Amino acid sequence: MTITPRDITRRQLLARVGLTALVAGPFLSACATGGGGSEAAAPSAPAPSAGGASASANNPFNVKADAPLEVVIFKGGYSDEYATQSHEPLYKKAFPGATIKHQGIQTIGQTLTPRFAGGDVPDVVNNSGTDNLDGGALINAGQLLDLTPLFEAPSVDDPTKKVKDVIVPGTIESGLGGDPAKPYTLNYVYTAYGLWYDAKLFEKEGWTPPKTFDEFKTFAEAAKAKNIVPFGYAGKNASYYAYWMILISAAKIGGNKILLDIDNLADNAWNNDAVKQAAAAWAEIGKFMDPAYEGLIHTEVQTQQNQGKIAFYPSGSWLEAEQAKDTPEGFEYGMVPTPSVTAADQMPYEAIRAAAAEGFIVPSKAKNAAGGLEYLRQMLSKQGARDFTEKTKSLTVVIGATEGLTLSPGLTSVAAAQTAAGTNVVTFSSFEGWYKELETELRKQTNALMFGRISAEEFATKMQAAADKTKADSSIIKQTRNV
Amino acid sequence: MRRGRLTPGAVRKWGFIASFLAAPLAIYIIFFVSPNLQALQLALTNSRGISPDFQYVGLENFTRLFEDDVFWAAVRHHGLILLVMPLVTIAIALFFSFLLNLGGGQKNGQLSGVWGSSFYKVVFFFPQVLAVVIVGVLFQAVLNPQKSGILNSVLGWFGIDPVGWLIKPDLALWTIIGVMVWQGVGFYVVLFSAGMAGVPKEIFEAAALDGANRLTLFFKITLPLVWNTVQVGWVYLGIAAFDAFALVQVLSIDRGGPDNATTVLPLEIFRQTFTYYRFGYASAMGVALVFLVLTFAALTLRVTRRERIEY
Repeated sequence: MTITPRDITRRQLLARVGLTALVAGPFLSACATGGGGSEAAAPSAPAPSAGGASASANNPFNVKADAPLEVVIFKGGYSDEYATQSHEPLYKKAFPGATIKHQGIQTIGQTLTPRFAGGDVPDVVNNSGTDNLDGGALINAGQLLDLTPLFEAPSVDDPTKKVKDVIVPGTIESGLGGDPAKPYTLNYVYTAYGLWYDAKLFEKEGWTPPKTFDEFKTFAEAAKAKNIVPFGYAGKNASYYAYWMILISAAKIGGNKILLDIDNLADNAWNNDAVKQAAAAWAEIGKFMDPAYEGLIHTEVQTQQNQGKIAFYPSGSWLEAEQAKDTPEGFEYGMVPTPSVTAADQMPYEAIRAAAAEGFIVPSKAKNAAGGLEYLRQMLSKQGARDFTEKTKSLTVVIGATEGLTLSPGLTSVAAAQTAAGTNVVTFSSFEGWYKELETELRKQTNALMFGRISAEEFATKMQAAADKTKADSSIIKQTRNV
Repeated sequence: MRRGRLTPGAVRKWGFIASFLAAPLAIYIIFFVSPNLQALQLALTNSRGISPDFQYVGLENFTRLFEDDVFWAAVRHHGLILLVMPLVTIAIALFFSFLLNLGGGQKNGQLSGVWGSSFYKVVFFFPQVLAVVIVGVLFQAVLNPQKSGILNSVLGWFGIDPVGWLIKPDLALWTIIGVMVWQGVGFYVVLFSAGMAGVPKEIFEAAALDGANRLTLFFKITLPLVWNTVQVGWVYLGIAAFDAFALVQVLSIDRGGPDNATTVLPLEIFRQTFTYYRFGYASAMGVALVFLVLTFAALTLRVTRRERIEY
């Protein structure tokens, strides 16, 4: 598509005045239809040749030393200090001549979509948050850079080791996308998911976290008797925290294959007994919730837990850091795996869902794409990873980066759960990013299930219908995974 | 060549008119007509909005609309909002503005408003000053489903259990309509007050002398005389009924929930655009919305057309 100078100015103007998404809508259409019918140039990666003439172990991507770098960070639970105070200075140290433009925002999707449409993209994007960019759509449009050169490059700390050898196994796989599958996303944060509770409260009451759903129900009655809600989540904006638990339980009953089938839109994947049993078990626990939770947002419910009103809250390992400001003295976060549903579960109680999360991408049309790759390589240095853990109280995928750090109680329990789980790891769900329509439906039906409007059977039927609809929709590009 | 028409005088005259028309017309064309036409064009494509590469797919997006349950749920909700919200808003606004202007009985031979009416006029206008999102955030606290929610704690004094205003699928949309009414009434009180102020007082006084009570005064005299203003208000409110985006976005469970109970077209357009990246399909929804609004406006203006009363 030929871009006329006027188009560019209009778009740049838009980006500069920072018009909101709604206003950007019509503008965007102006850009999109401006060249209707003309062939899009084949997306060509700027080929940061790992074996280029002047490439070295210190500069494997052949970064131009004075090329400016633009970094966009999702300013959410982790804030963006780790970037401004650690990763960007690390990059500056390697390339003192480079200027770094930093942007910390929350609406990654709305802010950057017009820029992708216009071709004026940043060099590194931390694509995260509720309003993140649709990775699958970007991949299909050829907008993302294949990160294989990054993983094949020598690592910062030990040039004899490649980057792929200093990160947790499974990290690269978690960022695969497209067909044929290539790693387009670097998932930086090691995240474990489970039930969070106040270890001190449990100590005081003499409770132990339940290991089976039968125990969970007995515990729920005991907590109720003490006027503590045994389990709660926020229905208004965080019903996905609850569906993670249902999916984890389904995987524990029937193995990871259940989740792979769901991702691959296999026939009757949602009608599998494991899914129904998991949904039924969680719906039983849902009955103990305060119906008002459906109308609350996650921070409200999390604060209630801090106030000792809720025993268990489903979340990931970012929770402790997110609540740091509201956690009162004497509240000690701990995380435990979800209870086993049946005695014949395929995975033991200790199994946890753990995944590399918090994606970083390099747009293929970035002006300094090589710099983008180098920025990611610096992030994956021990220094970068340790700084991240210190600032965000979250673990990274970099192996051994926490040496010498004192971990918080919550992180310690995550590390313990990780050790106990060993190889029993519940896999992540790719459909959450691949098929947003399906994911939206799951949020809706999870609330309906957990707040008692539908049965587990109806839940499975409705989700199967939504999955079938996604499968039959030729306008949705299908993806598959084997691991 | 007939050059006689372009006399310097004619050029000056038409140039003068054109110079006034050019700027607003250009703004209207650039910011209204052209985006709408381009949306129509986009609605015929499978654009995902993140790449200039897309195909024309004919009317596929529109046939898809007909099979989309969520779209029809949104349309039904607009229908309900359209039936209830303008009627209730106008009724309350007319009642208030009548009380504020004429409801206080006679004073020194003049009809006046109830005691303190100038104060109320200002208070009623307050919600209009607030941005919609602020109204939404405000009502988040008012409608909080817990015992501690503002409305629920008031109900608690009378021993009523907390109500899940936005949680109950049967109640959620009515709650949002309630907020829309609360937000809208103030403006229409002022609008109708202006309408009533434009009617010569002698007419009311004559009616009052003839023994008309307040009810007669309102229905037989006031309402017919401000009918034009009411009609304008109706069109405004009807168009507002096709929006409701910000309030639903801020207040509803899971953006349009529970179970699609509160979703509206602008919200679905937003979701199709920024969650699903279906710019083509979202544009088709937008085109449908434009036609709904235009149909409503045309119908209303036709149905409510009346002879204008000269005074």
